[in-house]
Amino acid sequence: MELVYGHPKSLKSVQTKYCPGCGHGVIHRLVCEVIDELGMQEKSVIMNPVGCSIWADLYFDFDSVQSPHGRTPAAATGVKRMLPDHLVVCYQGDGDLAAIGTAEIVHAANRGEKFTGIFVNNAIYGMTGGQMAPTTLVGQKATTAPYGRDPVDAGMGYPIQVCELLATLGGTRYLARGAVDTPANVRKTKQYIKKAFEAQLRGEGFGMVEILSPCPTNWQMKPAEAVEWLEQNMMNYYKLGEIKNTLEEAKK
Amino acid sequence: MAEEKRLMKGNEAIGEAAVRAGCMAYFGYPITPQNELTAYMAKHMLDKKRTFIQAESETAAINMVFGAASTGARAMTSSSSPGISLKQEGISYACGADLPMVIVNVARSGPGLGGISPGQADYFQSTRGGGHGDYFHLVLAPKSVQEAADLTYKAFALADKWRMPVMILADGLIGQMMEGVVLPPPVDPASLPAKPWAVGYQDASHRPNNHVTSINLVPAELEALVKARFKRYEEIKATEVRYEEVGCEDADLILVGYGTSSRVALGAIEMAKAEGIKLGLFRPITLWPFPAKRIGELAAKGKKFLTVEMSMGQMVEDVRLAAAGKGEVYFYGRCGGVIPTEDEVLAEAKRLLGK
Repeated sequence: MELVYGHPKSLKSVQTKYCPGCGHGVIHRLVCEVIDELGMQEKSVIMNPVGCSIWADLYFDFDSVQSPHGRTPAAATGVKRMLPDHLVVCYQGDGDLAAIGTAEIVHAANRGEKFTGIFVNNAIYGMTGGQMAPTTLVGQKATTAPYGRDPVDAGMGYPIQVCELLATLGGTRYLARGAVDTPANVRKTKQYIKKAFEAQLRGEGFGMVEILSPCPTNWQMKPAEAVEWLEQNMMNYYKLGEIKNTLEEAKK
Repeated sequence: MAEEKRLMKGNEAIGEAAVRAGCMAYFGYPITPQNELTAYMAKHMLDKKRTFIQAESETAAINMVFGAASTGARAMTSSSSPGISLKQEGISYACGADLPMVIVNVARSGPGLGGISPGQADYFQSTRGGGHGDYFHLVLAPKSVQEAADLTYKAFALADKWRMPVMILADGLIGQMMEGVVLPPPVDPASLPAKPWAVGYQDASHRPNNHVTSINLVPAELEALVKARFKRYEEIKATEVRYEEVGCEDADLILVGYGTSSRVALGAIEMAKAEGIKLGLFRPITLWPFPAKRIGELAAKGKKFLTVEMSMGQMVEDVRLAAAGKGEVYFYGRCGGVIPTEDEVLAEAKRLLGK
């Protein structure tokens, strides 16, 4: 009998440390499903960020490198330049990528480094316990924005739309934003990941898939409420879809 | 075949030695007085189809080295004092992840932006584990362009052997001056032993996953890892100490200096000889591990030491620890980019000897 759906080979069959309702589990699975489909399990390297997904090496069943907070794209640059025929996945959260590591992601993207960013945007610092992230929405509460993010009077600035920011850079070829709120969006996100990974293997320059993901624990919501909040708030500001696609196949 | 001797700047000789040692990836950021090294690597690494990146910062550069080294490739970065401060985060992670790499510090004077003239005030930062956490790494201090090349070449082998970063601590004078240099033979990178801990090419052997990481949240496990690393440090202390000694056995006063200040000290010793004064030179080549045992032996014979540095007195603390109260330890230093003269050092030696 043909197996039409099963546990991805590249994902270890263990219970994760992630909180109930967290998006990382689904996103890990999507990454691994695509790696299996491309037959790259033994030729992939996952770059673990600092943040909740620092535990990626416990779940991804292939090699990993864990670098300092925010420096993930710099370390990914070193790995990919030395292993050009490998699939290098630079997995980062919003604090890692859009705050402490802003310089590293901008310049790796601008150099057109041939690895793929998986950018998990849950608009909050998870591991450290709910501090304001660069992607925290205006008015959204955090332990370090107790009255909500106030961009002007409290000088907290505005949430950063990373795909749009990177889209101006010549080195970026594929930037898409998905979400893991519904089965339809999960499937669409998987397509984005696959397109980005395939482009990487063709050596087509920098690609990144941003994924809107719920953090019920630090949003202080039940998992179902968190999904609803994501749809009603995050999606208005962070528009889903392919933000930039200059891949060869798109030009045809 | 006649040996190949070239007239080169220290910065260029370091670059050529790294290329010949099989360095496959260099990542740097502009900073004076080491810019010739970055430029040399740009040309020669690109010519050899190896990796050169001018990084967006020193922080990014050291993390690119971290990534490249994770794959088992020989990789290097270079900078000067303020840039080395920025790299300390990455060096701590590399020590925590047991990654071999070579880091060159063509030191200038500080603190802060300081000046671009030669300095030796990065001794503490280099030899004490300049970032956070319990760790050390090898530190090699060249005195000449020849030794800068030799030690850089050697540094790659030592880094691989001990699975740790190796720092070349030079200074602006060593980097900028030109001397004749005989270059070491090129290493074929493909001939280097495989690193079974490195990431990549899992498909070739179907081996278990390799994880390059410094994190461990279980205190007892992390303690065991750190202790194992410190056991390795003891082996390094027992086998890798390097120093040069000139006339120490019958000297009335031993000058202790590394790198540029050892050259000044040697000049003072020659001048003293003409006046019938017996001075010796003790020149540590490995600053970590420090040649404490030999200094202790000399101190036990009642020898006196004058440590000469281009700082307000940093290595002198190691000399005092090594002498352990058995021999008197004095200090003479200039800072801010001022290089002490042979006359000054001789005058201080004579003052101490009552001559």
